[in-house]
Amino acid sequence: MPIAVAPERPAVRSTIDRMAPPSGLGDKVFKWFTLAMALAVVALVFLVGWQLARGSSLAIQRIGFHFLATSTWDPVAEQLGALPFIYGTAVSSLIALIIAVPLSIATAVYLTELAPLWIRQPIVSLIEMLAAIPSVILGLWGIFVMIPWLRDHPFPFLKKIFGWTPFFSGPIYGVSMLAGGIIIAVMILPIITSVSREILRSVPNLQREAAYALGATRWEVTRIAVLSYAKKGLFGAVILGLGRALGETMAVTMVIGNTPQIRASLFAPGYTLASVIANEFTEATTDVYLQALFEIGLVLFGITILANLLAQLLLKTMGSTIKSGAVQ
Amino acid sequence: MRPRHTNVTVNILTSRTRVRQFRRMTKLHKLSGRFLGLIIASGLSATASAQMTINGAGATFPYPIYSKWFDEYAKVDPSVRFNYQSIGSGGGQKQIIAQTVDFGASDGPMSDENLAKAPGKILHIPTVAGADVVTYNLPGSPALKFDADAITGIFLGQIKKWNDPKIAALNAGASLPDQEIVVVHRSDGSGTTYIWTDYLSKISAEWKQKVGTNTSVNWPTGLGGKGNEGVAGQVKQTPGAIGYVELIYAIQNKMPYADVKNSAGKFVKPSVESITAAMATAQIPEDFRFSMTNAPGNDSYPIAGATWLLVYEQQKDAAKGKKLVEFLKWALTKGEDMAKNLDYAPLPADLRERVLKRVDEIKM
Repeated sequence: MPIAVAPERPAVRSTIDRMAPPSGLGDKVFKWFTLAMALAVVALVFLVGWQLARGSSLAIQRIGFHFLATSTWDPVAEQLGALPFIYGTAVSSLIALIIAVPLSIATAVYLTELAPLWIRQPIVSLIEMLAAIPSVILGLWGIFVMIPWLRDHPFPFLKKIFGWTPFFSGPIYGVSMLAGGIIIAVMILPIITSVSREILRSVPNLQREAAYALGATRWEVTRIAVLSYAKKGLFGAVILGLGRALGETMAVTMVIGNTPQIRASLFAPGYTLASVIANEFTEATTDVYLQALFEIGLVLFGITILANLLAQLLLKTMGSTIKSGAVQ
Repeated sequence: MRPRHTNVTVNILTSRTRVRQFRRMTKLHKLSGRFLGLIIASGLSATASAQMTINGAGATFPYPIYSKWFDEYAKVDPSVRFNYQSIGSGGGQKQIIAQTVDFGASDGPMSDENLAKAPGKILHIPTVAGADVVTYNLPGSPALKFDADAITGIFLGQIKKWNDPKIAALNAGASLPDQEIVVVHRSDGSGTTYIWTDYLSKISAEWKQKVGTNTSVNWPTGLGGKGNEGVAGQVKQTPGAIGYVELIYAIQNKMPYADVKNSAGKFVKPSVESITAAMATAQIPEDFRFSMTNAPGNDSYPIAGATWLLVYEQQKDAAKGKKLVEFLKWALTKGEDMAKNLDYAPLPADLRERVLKRVDEIKM
């Protein structure tokens, strides 16, 4: 999310001016210290990328471009293709966004625009509690509660209605791409909701009052004055959620079925990049196999960066008429 | 007040003598001086009665019994402490090759390729064994029997229904429904999968050629569950499911498991005794890198495997090496007797003797 930093500098300067005597040493130390910390973070990103590339160099040489284009994952024959994992990560994250985005933004709108004051804090606390549930606990809940329920009720219902499309056909096992997407949705709900709520709260009341003064209904005020004003910020919240969705590991592994295949049906089991690393890294003994797992990490790293870059680009092209003030 | 505070901070960061001056000014220095003295004193006393730490890392399957051994051994020899990280067999092999640990542990024997990477000769010390059992979810949980053909057929995806004649012929009394078989396997790399695929490769040429043996493989069919608990969870939740888990896990969670026909043509119930029986009849070479699946003998359970400790034949640190050998001897005698209580299969007597002899050959 672009956060306007421009006005901060003069403010800092004036504080320094007011301070006496101006020894300056403390500020210099402070400046270099914070700079070093900021650089360390940048260096960390590059180091991770470099280490992943170095760790997978042999696999990159041996397997080459086939790694990204083939879909057989056979550690015995060392035929290693990452396509099903890339597909699984993309599809499960997409399902998660489709479910979580409307839910979270609607929740955020309710909490900032409509809910009576006494109910807001309890709901906010509950949502934050959802974020605090460890991933592995959600996974266990997924196996023992969510999957049997999905298999017995919503999935047959979906199959009955949408069974004619390829997306909801085939046998229902319970563990599936769709189940993986749903559990990711549960996990990214809190972050999208909290960030969206903060953004909606920062929309100036003048906006709402102006719309009401023009005779707008509540829905119109929310749509025109609030949502469209906060569009960029909400998009940023969604991107934060996507970042988490791409990397979710434990809970997804427990419900997605862990089968490296590409199937149109969302009832079929799938596999994600993060899951295969978590699953196979500890017991991988041959060099190429281990390096291929490193390369999976490199691909995931690349996809995350790519998603963020695309988001930045979209933000730039998106409604340049809206002042970036809305994002603060 | 504010500027002075800033000065003090800078002094601390720039000059140690000034820090001392500053501390002298405060009462704090008395307290900190005493504290420092205490730290030095306790540090000295700690080095005086130094406890030796022997580090190990590797397999997760034997972790419960190893930690039991280390606990018990602390009573036998309090001067040595064992620190074991159950990070997986792959990690155990890698760390012993890199010499970052004093011993490694693995659920599968090391390959020639990996042994060649090590700077010295690595010995395989088998400690205990376990088994994979076939577990399933059918109405009424009937007691079932399987043979090599039925198991490979199911796991290759060729036998699709529970009432298939190949299963029905083995289980005359049981009522088998006309239901799809849902295969569940481990999704994480594991020694359990290694034993399972090693068994299937031995009994089926087709499996060996199509899939092979490894800690994780390209499964022809089925769903993947993470860990024993993942497989067990999916089998319990999915009607008509079949999967494999460690015997210990199945016993402790009271899951139904099948008898399996061994190479002598007998149906054998998986148990600590039938695993030890398999180890007694298995062909075990001098370097102890053996596979005990499909072992001969009437009482042998066919889907079983041992777990190993990995140590260098030539120990770098003589003092540590001596303690390690003492521990290994204790583990292979007293330790083995504790195995059964934790549902691990101990080594048969003659194998123990052979391994003990090899432990004696470790050089300092």
